[in-house]
Amino acid sequence: MHGFANPARFLRLARWLMPVCLVAGIAIAFAALSWGLFVAPAERLQGQTVRIVYLHVPAAWLGMSGWMGIAAASFTELVWRHPLAGIAARACAVPGAVFTAICLITGSLWGRPAWGTWWVWDGRLTSMLVLLFLYFGWMALSQASEAADGGEGSGALRAPAIFGLVGAVNIPIIHYSVIWWNSQHQPPSITTGGSAMSGAFLWPLLIAMLGFTLIFAGVVMARMRAILANQQAEARLRRKAMAEGN
Amino acid sequence: MRETMDAWPYVIAAYAIGVGGTSAMIAWALMTMRRAESRRDAARKR
Repeated sequence: MHGFANPARFLRLARWLMPVCLVAGIAIAFAALSWGLFVAPAERLQGQTVRIVYLHVPAAWLGMSGWMGIAAASFTELVWRHPLAGIAARACAVPGAVFTAICLITGSLWGRPAWGTWWVWDGRLTSMLVLLFLYFGWMALSQASEAADGGEGSGALRAPAIFGLVGAVNIPIIHYSVIWWNSQHQPPSITTGGSAMSGAFLWPLLIAMLGFTLIFAGVVMARMRAILANQQAEARLRRKAMAEGN
Repeated sequence: MRETMDAWPYVIAAYAIGVGGTSAMIAWALMTMRRAESRRDAARKR
């Protein structure tokens, strides 16, 4: 991992890997969603609403993965001072928040015909909503810390890293909420021990998860390139301004 | 007699929001990347 601590080396990799991830991800997600929407059968009890699962589950997976990415990057930043770790954390925030919001909205659209209500304040839904607020808080803190730091390396950037690590406590709460508490939400259908889902539903779901994960990776790399380019432009303009001042 | 709700409008709304939100995010990420990289290149040329 330290091999990619060099931004130039990372940029060389991201320049070809980012479009590959995006193009492959879009193609795979499109195929999986078409399969889920037009080919996969309706479920015996849920009827047509089961088709929402092909969007809802990948969005939930990536909403949680985005925060795990922030937590892992925060740990790397605090322990090893990896120069790209803070940039990776910032790059994960927006796609993570977008997928969390998609998960909440599609879950609500599934809940109305399936449960007869748009929303219930149960453990799974509430902890997922808390995750969305954590993303908003993290993004606000990250921007404020960057403004306070002003590229001086004053240590203000450690605050979002600590927040990122502390906020990770919500991830196991989301995962185990349906086991710990009586919940309207069903227990996990896919576990390490196997799947409770029939193959007719499971395959398009797994392929959709792969497609959306590749899209997420491509967007994170695009965000990292954007943040790096902005930092490089600002550093160059600052150096020029200082040289002209002398 | 049990009245069943037509689920298709909910399915279509979910797909519109999911696909639309993801597409908008991809477009935004690529646009901000292009803008930032041309800003960096312009700063190098100055």
